[in-house]
Amino acid sequence: MTALDSLPPWLMALVAFFLVLGSTLTLLGAFGLIHLKSFYDRIHAPTLGTSWGTAAILLASLLTWSWVQDRVFVHELVIGICVMVTTPVTLMFLGRAALHRDRAEGGGAVPPAAAARSSADESMSSDSDPKAATLPTTLGSEKVRP
Amino acid sequence: MTTVLWLALTWAQIALGLAACLAAYRIAVGPRAQDRVLGLDALYIATMLLFIVTGMRLGTPFLFEAALVIAIGGFVGTVSLAKFLLRGEVIE
Repeated sequence: MTALDSLPPWLMALVAFFLVLGSTLTLLGAFGLIHLKSFYDRIHAPTLGTSWGTAAILLASLLTWSWVQDRVFVHELVIGICVMVTTPVTLMFLGRAALHRDRAEGGGAVPPAAAARSSADESMSSDSDPKAATLPTTLGSEKVRP
Repeated sequence: MTTVLWLALTWAQIALGLAACLAAYRIAVGPRAQDRVLGLDALYIATMLLFIVTGMRLGTPFLFEAALVIAIGGFVGTVSLAKFLLRGEVIE
C-alpha cells in the first residue's frame, strides 16, 4: 500500500468502486456457470466477467498507474482489446462445436440443421395425406437425426 | 480513505479467487467436454484479473506481462480445444 497512498480521495473512491464492480460481476458470472442447467445457458454466464468485469478492473488499474507514474499508462488497453476481441470468437466456436456434438449424438435435445429439416419436411409431405402436409411440421421433425 | 481502497482490494481478491474456484468446480464435474472447456475459459479470465489486482496491491508493474500472456494463451488454448471438439484434430 505504499504507492497507493498518494492517490487523492476522489480517485481512491473511483478506483475502489471500479474494483468492487468488476470483481462482483466476475463472481456473479462464475456463479451462473455452476448454477445454470443447460450448456447453452451456461455459455452466456462468463461473459459478465469478460465484458464489464474485465473493463472495470482494467479501468481501475489504468487510473491507479496513470496517477502513480504521473503519465498516461495505456498498457491495460492491450489486455482489454485482446479479451474483448477474442471472447466472441472463442464462445462462438465453442457453441458451434457443442451444437455439432449434440447433433451427431442425436436424441432430439437440439433442433436439426436447416438442410436436414427441409429434407425431412419434403419426405413427410410426399408419403402422407395432403391434410397433414399443410400442417406446420416443426413438431414432427424434432426427432429427425441430422 | 485508504481503508476504503484496502477493503475494495481485499474484496476483489476474495471474489476473484472464489470465481476461479467455481470455474474449477465446473471443470471437475462438467458433464461433457464443452462444459470443461467453458470452465477453463472462465478460469483463465478470473486468474488474469486476479493477477492485475494483485499487481495493484503489491505496487509492481511486472504482473501485467503475466496477465497479457495469460490472456493471449487462454484465447489460443480455448480456440484450439473448440476446434478439436468440432473436427477431431487441431491442425488439418
